[in-house]
Amino acid sequence: MTREITLSKAVNEAIAEEMRRDPAVFLMGEDVAEAGTPFKVLAGLVDEFGPDRVIDTPISEPGFVGMAVGAAMTGSRPIVDLMFGDFLYLVMDQLCNQAAKTHYMSGGKLTVPMVLRTNLGATRRSAAQHSQSLHALVAHIPGLKVAMPSSAYEAKGLMKTAIRDENPVVIFEDKLMYQDKAPVPEEEYLIPFGAANVLREGRDITLVATSSMVQVAQKAAEALQADGISAEVIDPRTLVPLDEATIVESVRKTSRAIVIDEGHRNFGVTGEIASRIAEKAFYHLDYPVQRMGAMDVPVPFSPALEDLTVPTPEAVAEAARRAVRGEVADAA
Amino acid sequence: MAAQAAKKTGGSRSRKTQGAAKAAKANTEDYLRMYRQMVKIRAFEDQANQLYLSAKMPGLTHMYSGQEAVAVGICEALTDEDRITSTHRGHGHCVAKGAEFRQMFCELLGREEGYCRGKGGSMHIADQAHGNLGANAIVGGSMGIATGAALSAKLQGRDFVTVCFFGDGATAQGLWYEVMNMAALWKLPVIYACENNGYSEYTKTEEIAAGSLTARAEAFGIEAHGVDGQDVLAVNELAQRLVERARHGEGPFFVELDTYRYHGHHVGDINRDYYRSKDEEAEWKERRDPIVNFGKWLEAEGILSADDLVAIGDEIRAEAESAVAYALNAGYPEAGEVDMHVFAGVDHALPYIDGYAKGAGA
Repeated sequence: MTREITLSKAVNEAIAEEMRRDPAVFLMGEDVAEAGTPFKVLAGLVDEFGPDRVIDTPISEPGFVGMAVGAAMTGSRPIVDLMFGDFLYLVMDQLCNQAAKTHYMSGGKLTVPMVLRTNLGATRRSAAQHSQSLHALVAHIPGLKVAMPSSAYEAKGLMKTAIRDENPVVIFEDKLMYQDKAPVPEEEYLIPFGAANVLREGRDITLVATSSMVQVAQKAAEALQADGISAEVIDPRTLVPLDEATIVESVRKTSRAIVIDEGHRNFGVTGEIASRIAEKAFYHLDYPVQRMGAMDVPVPFSPALEDLTVPTPEAVAEAARRAVRGEVADAA
Repeated sequence: MAAQAAKKTGGSRSRKTQGAAKAAKANTEDYLRMYRQMVKIRAFEDQANQLYLSAKMPGLTHMYSGQEAVAVGICEALTDEDRITSTHRGHGHCVAKGAEFRQMFCELLGREEGYCRGKGGSMHIADQAHGNLGANAIVGGSMGIATGAALSAKLQGRDFVTVCFFGDGATAQGLWYEVMNMAALWKLPVIYACENNGYSEYTKTEEIAAGSLTARAEAFGIEAHGVDGQDVLAVNELAQRLVERARHGEGPFFVELDTYRYHGHHVGDINRDYYRSKDEEAEWKERRDPIVNFGKWLEAEGILSADDLVAIGDEIRAEAESAVAYALNAGYPEAGEVDMHVFAGVDHALPYIDGYAKGAGA
């Protein structure tokens, strides 16, 4: 049976199911219990699992992320809630120096099975410290896995896989998608890491998109279809591990690619994926690989400015048309 | 035991434990083990220092010599189930928690037989079998880990206690205040053991620490103690009491242990007159050495003779020398090992992160 539920509900179900399955799983973070987080994603969990397994913490991000690392090293499986992705900067030592390196530095003796769930995404009129998409920061660090769900279905399956993983996993939800509904089976399912999802097959151009940018790419693909352009849409699902083969194979077929991600364009996910395409599909390309990311400015508050900073379906479709027409876009 | 030396640390002490507590360990076997463990740490460090000075060891290391009574006094109050987290100056904690010379020297020399297969080195030895969750090269970096281990114990209804070792320098890290707050709120079985050796790297502690360290813990409602960290019996007596109480839900606790590091910040910090006088160093070494003073006490109590003490020193020194010789001849990890152990359940990380090899369950 499949019903339509929100992304928020999908995350809630995934966590509840895993907490029922495994008593070692617990949740901690700011306002995760009675408040169920500001986005209400975790609402009701404290009623079922009690305050010992759904733990409200003080506003001490490095402290509770560090504690999750220690708990994970000693037989627990913490899910840490970081209220905004922007707070990643506060926890970098605990996440990148401790969680990410413990297994390696101990020669495989110690493991850190923990999930850090947080969010990304602009256009919520929250200004520069509550709107960032910082997944590239953690994807850069060996020892961390990074998942980027793009729908309710994806969010549930990836979260369950993350919770069962023996390693630190950072999972980014788009905070603008919490109320978006999608068909989600009632039966249990998991989505493996490192297996990209081809949402739409096409012949002329490949759109590789992450998280909420998958919707942007899908809308662009629909617009392009009206113009007679056939676009393939690929959601990598996880950045670490990255299903490089599926992306490369697609571009070898279509000969053109646009990579769309909501992180800043400079030194980020789009550059990484574009360079892999360039390395492995170079002789199949008919047009330079295009990158579309968040504008390289702090996210502005004013709606008039903020909306200029993120890729839109129209901009993606226009870039795709230029690519298919072979127009030189930004020649210096 | 020895008189207070010139070094001062900021502020008052609460519940100061007085002198050697003769009743701490009620039998000779325990005294002998504590003595041997302290001698083992000193012997290990002497060899490690020589390895550095003779350019046989890659990188550098931080000597624990002088602080032996802290690690031994505390770890002798712990079981293998009890956890510790350690610091960049962590060899003493490792030995005191039960680690073996051979695997430790192999680790210092980057050999495959090391505790971490040569991937951690001097600053990252972890010994899971004895409850050592690892040394940490970020000052204060393990405070969250130790507190989280204590949270685990509480959530799982297990009765292990975690001791978080750190130096006076680490008390300047904000993380400590965050986790002390949570440990106190949730009554976690963790003991914060601050080894105050008087120096935060190359700076006197009194220049970096305002007020009193014990008062900082007390501000969170945490029971705080000060103890002479050169007196292994005093440390052990206090540790036994606090570990037992923490095990029964009365934690957390804070202990400030007044101690001294004989070497510089690291083995290469040799010309250090600009921040620490030779007179001060001599005062601690000659009058407050934890091993010499405990040896004298054992002699005075008729537990060991002067000859016994010499024999123990010789035996352990020979053991350390033999472990060094072994480690110098031990093999390095194979090149193929370089991307192993990045992820649990994944043989080699490089093909895995590019999607060309599947991990366990993912």
